[in-house]
Amino acid sequence: MTTEIKRKLNVEVNGITIECAAQARVLDAINEAGFDVPTLCYDERTGPQGTCRMCLVEVEVEGKTQQVAACTAFASDGMQVATHSDEIVDYRKTILELLLSETSSPTACPKCISFKKCELHDAAEQYDAKWDAFPSLVAREKPKDPNPFIQRDYDYCISCFRCTNICNDWEQAGAITVHGRGQENSIASFFNNDLLQSPCTFCGQCINTCPTGALTDKKIVGKTKAEDLKRTKTICPYCGVGCGIHLLSENGQLKGTEPDFDAPSRGSLCVKGQFASWEFVKSEERLKYPLIKKNGAFERASWDEALDLMTKRFTEIREESGPDSIVCWSSARSVTEANYLMQKFSRVGIGTNNIDNCSRT
Amino acid sequence: MAVMVGKGAMTNSIEELAGTDLLLVAGSNTTEAHPVISLRMKRAVRNGAKLIVIDPRKIELTKWATRHLQINIGTDIPLFNAFAHVMIKEGLYDREYVEKRTEGFEELAKHVEFYTPEYASEICGVPANEIIDTAREYAEASGKAAICYTLGITEHSCGSHNVQSIANLGMLGGNFGKLNAGVNPLRGQNNVQGASDSGALPTDLPGYQKIERPGVREKFEAAWGSELPKRRGITKITAMNQMLRGRVRGVYIMGENTVVSDPNTNHAQAALEATDFIVVQDIFMTDTAKLADVVLPAASFAESDGTFANSERRVQRVRPAIKPVGESRTDVDILLDVMKRFGVSQNLNTSSDVWDEMRRLAPILTGISYERLDKEGGIQWPCPSEDHPGTQYLHKDEMDSGIPGYFAPVDHIPPAEETDSEYPIILTTGRRRSTYHTGTQTGRASSFGLLVPSEMAEINPDDADQLELSDGEIVTVASRRGSVEVPIKITDKSPHGTIFMSFAFPELTQTNRLTSDAYDFITETPEFKACAVRIDKLNGTVTATASD
Repeated sequence: MTTEIKRKLNVEVNGITIECAAQARVLDAINEAGFDVPTLCYDERTGPQGTCRMCLVEVEVEGKTQQVAACTAFASDGMQVATHSDEIVDYRKTILELLLSETSSPTACPKCISFKKCELHDAAEQYDAKWDAFPSLVAREKPKDPNPFIQRDYDYCISCFRCTNICNDWEQAGAITVHGRGQENSIASFFNNDLLQSPCTFCGQCINTCPTGALTDKKIVGKTKAEDLKRTKTICPYCGVGCGIHLLSENGQLKGTEPDFDAPSRGSLCVKGQFASWEFVKSEERLKYPLIKKNGAFERASWDEALDLMTKRFTEIREESGPDSIVCWSSARSVTEANYLMQKFSRVGIGTNNIDNCSRT
Repeated sequence: MAVMVGKGAMTNSIEELAGTDLLLVAGSNTTEAHPVISLRMKRAVRNGAKLIVIDPRKIELTKWATRHLQINIGTDIPLFNAFAHVMIKEGLYDREYVEKRTEGFEELAKHVEFYTPEYASEICGVPANEIIDTAREYAEASGKAAICYTLGITEHSCGSHNVQSIANLGMLGGNFGKLNAGVNPLRGQNNVQGASDSGALPTDLPGYQKIERPGVREKFEAAWGSELPKRRGITKITAMNQMLRGRVRGVYIMGENTVVSDPNTNHAQAALEATDFIVVQDIFMTDTAKLADVVLPAASFAESDGTFANSERRVQRVRPAIKPVGESRTDVDILLDVMKRFGVSQNLNTSSDVWDEMRRLAPILTGISYERLDKEGGIQWPCPSEDHPGTQYLHKDEMDSGIPGYFAPVDHIPPAEETDSEYPIILTTGRRRSTYHTGTQTGRASSFGLLVPSEMAEINPDDADQLELSDGEIVTVASRRGSVEVPIKITDKSPHGTIFMSFAFPELTQTNRLTSDAYDFITETPEFKACAVRIDKLNGTVTATASD
């Protein structure tokens, strides 16, 4: 947001010419032109890695053609990009089949079953990549981890390292790292401890950047059906940062939370937003009907009874002691519209400026 | 800050913090209270920015800091005055900016002459050379330095003066009204900004229009078709004192657990008990609701339609994911019903109607419509018209007040309550990341008990040694107002002579039974950050003093 755009580049993507910033990558130009290539190791927040090779495209500059990873390569003026040539599509399919051979069956993918089609299996479908095209590699050992928040299922890990990047570069929590080498590699907390013993803050960002079913929200995985899940775009109810979230619901019941990557918070959440922003709503202790205190004990009342009593008593007090003997305290937890009505009620309904909110506490 | 430059709000946007050359974070435990803002701070450091943390405690953010000034509790003013002293004496302030955009420089210069680094050092405990170096670093980053602060600055009896001493520094450095440079109070609760924007304040009508300013009341009287009270109202703190005197008899509380969240619980409870009639509208039977005569079941955020305004003045849409549980109703719905019963005639039925009435009357919000919010995402006020993009940072060409920024010479005021031989330890209160406020929400999230199982009194290892306390040992912490039982946690986060507690576990530990009801005399913000306490072992042994 601070960089000054000095000049523009003209780039042609699949025959469509677009203008992009001088420091744009080929991937930016592709997105700008409205095309889509799979990017299994790329997260815009931590920048390009170029390891999964799924975003490979053909570029032609001054008559020379070469294949580059769109996420790492810079765009240049007059560049021509082909994203879906036969050769490239074939190539992507093969890579996908190799990746799939490292993972368990797509039909059992926890993310696809409980949340939404994961990026890996979405790409596999698009490119008609078969799970059993290559001999399956031995399944990895599942880490034993009693933490109640993050489910790690490494049978679906494709070693894209998005999770370690987000943890180390974006969150700078340094809770997880790559353990072992080559085919033997896995994601682990330092010294292979469980996450509760690590610096993990349970922000859940690893779950949300993971392109496969390897990392999922343990509180809800297996308890929801992806096809029945409804997403409502709203705002986290905790602090003043106001991170964007999607509330997940199924048949009118809240099920969980996902970050909203389109919000100014760019998908960031903390442990409260990720794991504590919906259960309290479903709590059995929620107040479900109005109550009136009679002889020191609360009794269930109808809305009319409760509001009539409120009207009667406030009116009496106002007549006896004047409007300034009543105060209204509004809520920094409630929507602005309710706060507006509360102050208007105080001023017009009661007739006092004795309205305050909890901004001082 | 509103007094000096216009409005009290973050002058920058959250994302801008990642692009500063220098960040000065004072009295903000950002990684715990605003974790997602702390990510931008950490990124700034990775981009090469200096991060100066001013905090009595060795908070987590100090791991990223290039400098930690471990200040004595409640001594921010001498420190900030000394920064100003150094910048003026060494001619490091932004002369052009000060000349063009501010007033009162001569008075400030004369005032801070007295606050030499050596003098300030004696009070605040930060070595004089560190004060000088920090002032130089801040001056060097002129026009690209951002200050962030939170309740560690405001929750003192001299809170508003603390803020003024910070704003002085911001203006000296030429750091108001620029990209990536400013002075930023980080707001605590999700919609504290929106609650204030809406006019739920005793002095302000919607959009910070002062009720006592000529013409303002008349405008709202015409719009609302009703005469309005002329005199400003009373704050919560004053109201509680008036309750004890029988002058406030009725109270309507929406969504606030006053008894637990306010200082000196015993006082708050006694005040509410002294009234004749209380209505509490909430989602849970809180300790405050228990005192009510009528309890109205409200819908939660997940069942509500409307907007929240965040810390960077960004209005964002809140949308209902499910229907209100049981017979509960949204706050908007309840209030519309209540107002009808009180004969308020208005043609409002939905949150959208209410918002439209409010934005018509509040110029800073006029351009923000639900349609735009749905299409463009959040929009930052001021946004005076629908073709206005919103305001990323404040005070760009002139101070938001429309007049030059005014330097405010302020003096050190020690915390209202000082330690003595009977209460030798300072208690400071604050937040922990995985718990929130009074715990009514995080306390109901499964497995959160694993992260922070209970309240803890965090104490320095040397103090624990001296008091013969062991980790996890349950002790009594007592102040002049009350006492609580709490386990000890030994950590070098706490400086010598100071313990730290949150207030998120009211069922077991009502921390605010201890806190002082002293408050800032301008904003009436309570002094949560300092009160004198004593630690006693449970077997009745009175401990030796921890003071030196």
